[in-house]
Amino acid sequence: MTESAPNSTGSVYLSKRFTRRLRRRRGREHLLRAAGVGAVMIAIGMLAVLFTSIVLQGDSAFLQTRIALEVDFDLETLGVDSAEREALEDGSYRTLLHQALYDRFGRPEARAARDQLTAMVSDEAVYRLRDRVLNDPNLIGQTQRIWMPAASEVDLIAKGVVPRDLPEADRLVSDRVLGWMGQLREAGDLKTVFNTDFFIRTDSREPEVAGIRGAIVGSALMLLVTLVTALPVGLAAAVYLEEFAPKNRWTELIDVNIRNLAAVPSILFGLLGLAVFVRLFGMPRSTPLVGGLVLALLVLPTIIIAARAAIQAVPPSLREAAQELGASRMQTTFLTVLPNALPGILTGTIISMAEALGETAPLLMIGMVAFIAEMPTDFNDPAAPLPVLVYLWSTSPERGFFEKTAAAILVLLAFLLVMNALAVWLRMRTQKRG
Amino acid sequence: MSPQTALLLALLLASLGFVAGYRRAWSVAGSRKPLHSLPRDHGLWVLLCMLLPALAFTVLGLAVEGPLIDWLLYQGLPESLRESEERSLLLSRLGNIAAGGQVFGDVSAAEQAAADRLSAMHRWSDWLIGGGAIALAFGGGLFALPRINHRFRARNRSERIILALLLLASTIAILTTAGVVFSLLSEALRFFAAVNPLDFFFGLKWSPQTAIRAGQVGAEGAFGVVPVLLGTLLIASIALLVAVPIGLLSAIWMVEFAPSRIRSTAKPIIEVLAGVPTVVYGFFAAVTVGPAISDLGQALGLEVSSESALAAGSVMGIMIIPYMSSLADDVIASVPQRLRDGAMMLGATQGETLFRVVLPAALPGLLSAVVLSASRALGETMIVVMAAGLFANLTLNPLESVTTVTVQITTALTGDQPFDSPTTLSAFALGLTLFFITLALNLFALRVMERWRERYD
Repeated sequence: MTESAPNSTGSVYLSKRFTRRLRRRRGREHLLRAAGVGAVMIAIGMLAVLFTSIVLQGDSAFLQTRIALEVDFDLETLGVDSAEREALEDGSYRTLLHQALYDRFGRPEARAARDQLTAMVSDEAVYRLRDRVLNDPNLIGQTQRIWMPAASEVDLIAKGVVPRDLPEADRLVSDRVLGWMGQLREAGDLKTVFNTDFFIRTDSREPEVAGIRGAIVGSALMLLVTLVTALPVGLAAAVYLEEFAPKNRWTELIDVNIRNLAAVPSILFGLLGLAVFVRLFGMPRSTPLVGGLVLALLVLPTIIIAARAAIQAVPPSLREAAQELGASRMQTTFLTVLPNALPGILTGTIISMAEALGETAPLLMIGMVAFIAEMPTDFNDPAAPLPVLVYLWSTSPERGFFEKTAAAILVLLAFLLVMNALAVWLRMRTQKRG
Repeated sequence: MSPQTALLLALLLASLGFVAGYRRAWSVAGSRKPLHSLPRDHGLWVLLCMLLPALAFTVLGLAVEGPLIDWLLYQGLPESLRESEERSLLLSRLGNIAAGGQVFGDVSAAEQAAADRLSAMHRWSDWLIGGGAIALAFGGGLFALPRINHRFRARNRSERIILALLLLASTIAILTTAGVVFSLLSEALRFFAAVNPLDFFFGLKWSPQTAIRAGQVGAEGAFGVVPVLLGTLLIASIALLVAVPIGLLSAIWMVEFAPSRIRSTAKPIIEVLAGVPTVVYGFFAAVTVGPAISDLGQALGLEVSSESALAAGSVMGIMIIPYMSSLADDVIASVPQRLRDGAMMLGATQGETLFRVVLPAALPGLLSAVVLSASRALGETMIVVMAAGLFANLTLNPLESVTTVTVQITTALTGDQPFDSPTTLSAFALGLTLFFITLALNLFALRVMERWRERYD
């Protein structure tokens, strides 16, 4: 601007200085675009690394190794004198299992070898043999070929999660066990199948048979509590604030409060739940009821904000038309505004439920860190929801839980993906219509 | 009868009440006596009169039930039992016996008797709450039905009740904030009764293990919050160093440069990514990034802890990228188009428009996006619980292991310390500190955002 005006415009645009500057400006422009694309690429790349690493770590947990053994249901081995049900309940099914292994491979003389042999099959097999006999006492005296889950170490080797050419000390199982595994595989008595246990069983101390069904049920119960408490309250609050609230300091205070609560760290809601629900009201710890209430408080701001936005988006002409026809404000709100805001409210609700499903920290505060093997059936049964199970498994020292953790994460992400896709689809549909 | 069944019954009764009110409204109306309100408004009025008292009674009853029964039970216990154990432990033991669960040691006759009394009281209170709820529902119906006649203003009355309910619902946010402050404050005050607040806020040493047995060696416990806060700040700064540039640049590109087709697919994807649970990132940090950074450091000849602040911080940064990016996206997108048009008219390139016009205009909004991200980073729990250290280390070296406020809260409350020990209570003092720090950040961000919005609306 300070330069003197040029005599002829053409000469300026052709001058060396001008072209140099133009080139520099364009160069900067390209640099900026490249930086932007680079940032997006980096972000996508990092997330891709995250998901690939979890998929690679978790896919093997969907497979399970099983071993078939000829089990001779012999009263003497069981240490029982009669085939009565009561007597059978006290039988030593562990001995039965060990005997089946000895029958297959011969009883090793050295104690260490014997321990290695008997540790090849999961402890869970003992209980399954017992259940089998108690369900069908006619088995006594027969010999049956039964598939049983392999122990976690054998499972990991058989699936190739732990390579078998490691030195013996790093490999989880000894050369001897590897030899037995080879024999079993040659005879067709060792197979790797889809891990149904993972989906139909509850948590267990044995990684090879631990499952997520209890956690899924726990999460579902908890989300149900969250939904039935947070949705009506959140919706009512949004309706009041958008349609009825006078513009005064009190309303403003509520508004600021909601926005702040949406950004309060989730762990503090856990402390609130511990101090108020558990200690003050004496509600039982680590139950879906308390967890659901804490999560309801946590997602309430999200629901309110989403519902308010949806209500705001309803065109004022609809309100005016309804009132013109003689509807009261309440009738206008409930018969005209809310039905039109419904898709937006639903989208917000689904997103907030997804948020609640993935939340872990506040649940740890109210005691949801316990090992729970029973299936929760009631809102007052102790439960460990899915993300808590992920956390618990990730802190387990057993090697076998590692892949299970990643697999549980995959299931959790699948649920979230479905919920979010539903929300996005709902929103796109309404946008098209509007 | 459990309170749940009673509530369901009350709901059923109230629906019948709706039908009764509806029909009664029809029957009292005639050609000379037009109804003031629609029949369904009369039905609604009966329903509200029946359901609300029952609901309120049940909720109140359930809230009071626990502490009241505990108190009654404890008052009725023989001296010998009362002295044998601490109140909360004794009560939970009796609860276990009554529920038929496993308890440690033998059950004495006195304990068994008390447990039986407890079960009886629970049965009684269930009946009382359930019966009361149903009686109230009936009473509500008897109150409401006779009032229906053609002049009765049922709509105005039920609308007033509903308005009150809506108002009540809107105060829940205030109640929640009050609840957080109250619960943190009351427990934190008990903590400060045991530990000097000055030692807490200015102490340089944090080792919260207090002696469980008297005379235990080396377990006095030191509660200086400075190293914990420093660790939190360190990890949060690393997270912001990762998240702010990447999130901001990608938001800029998405708003200003990206073709609209890419933008319309990428935006929902980013929102979905913002919903990935933090426990997932925690697992990633603990098993993939932590060891990788530590191996890399070793290859370079550096001493890197496998729980380094760098690992936890950078993964937290990855977690915050979508959050930061979608906040910044909204802010940049809401800068009025006419400002851009003006700059372009004058011959500025898109980049120049961005740096000279759009970004300066968006600055307050972007600032509040950064502050909200910071508040999120400070309060993030699962990533640091899984990938950061447990021991408070007074250091700013990102390669070392540090701890954070949230980690300390979690360890204090998931450990096996008795509830009244300073270790456990320290969680609430830490929570209070965290609450006020994030509150200040959030309020600042919200206010800046508000002012900024007003300027362009």
